[in-house]
Amino acid sequence: MSAGEIKHTGLNLGSTDELTHEQAGSAVFGFWVFLMSDALLFALFFATYGVMLTATVGGPTPASEYKILPAFLETLALLTSSFTFGMASVAMKHGAPRRQLIGWLAVTLVLGAAFLGMELHDFATMFGDGAYPTRSGYLSSFFALVPLHGLHVFFGSIWIIVMMVQVMTFGLDARVKINILRLGLFWHFLDIVWIAIFSAVYLQGLIR
Amino acid sequence: MSGPDDGKRDEIRSYAIGYGLALVLTGAAFATVHWPSFISTTTLAIVLGLALVQMVVHFRFFLHISLQKSARDDLQLILFSTVIVILMVSGTLIILFNLRARMM
Repeated sequence: MSAGEIKHTGLNLGSTDELTHEQAGSAVFGFWVFLMSDALLFALFFATYGVMLTATVGGPTPASEYKILPAFLETLALLTSSFTFGMASVAMKHGAPRRQLIGWLAVTLVLGAAFLGMELHDFATMFGDGAYPTRSGYLSSFFALVPLHGLHVFFGSIWIIVMMVQVMTFGLDARVKINILRLGLFWHFLDIVWIAIFSAVYLQGLIR
Repeated sequence: MSGPDDGKRDEIRSYAIGYGLALVLTGAAFATVHWPSFISTTTLAIVLGLALVQMVVHFRFFLHISLQKSARDDLQLILFSTVIVILMVSGTLIILFNLRARMM
């Protein structure tokens, strides 16, 4: 059992905090198991979407509803937020000044909120075009899949706020550190799900 | 043993490399669709291929999954989940597309 050993997914505390590193192994692995089951849930919504894709009943189609620029900007926001969360984890691990950690978390939060804002704007535009969930099987499956990811990002954002409060009130004790490690896995995982969404949903629908 | 600051610099570099690669892959995928230069099936294959590569990049640089022996449990869980996902998704698609073809 050496401190340099990798014990779990995500950034390992290693020798910077050996005691917490020991505890983190099982605590983070449990959360990783949950994330993998969440991935299965998303996979089945993707399968449903794939099956329903042609069921447009003469209504709105993917090609008429998706726009490439908003999808690209949303992707950039989420991808950058993944990087800034990485910077937050590094700041936490190496005991950087607390305002640096809070700062990176705040940037991540702002990017997450920007992503949600753009996504809601997209949905509002679609509703305006008459593309609402009950219109066709295709739209039902779209609104089951994409907003489910948005909901995850929303709860991830709330979790970021909770962690900022915890860091400010409790300081960086073992519990708070492990919570930030888990939140990191969650946030990076959501970015991976988004890769599947922008490729298999938005880009696939826009191919001419 | 390297000093703690070396570890920090390496970690930041790893995140930056991952971010750079992800940006390039994302840009390539959107560019292939925005400026179509292949037939649609080829474009779709390229987009899905790029997505797969980008997922591996995210796992490697953001989630730090490695082939190191002590991290094998996590890797095995990911591979197991991948097998289940492939089985369930491809099974659903094959069966329901087949059903649709028969009902047409």
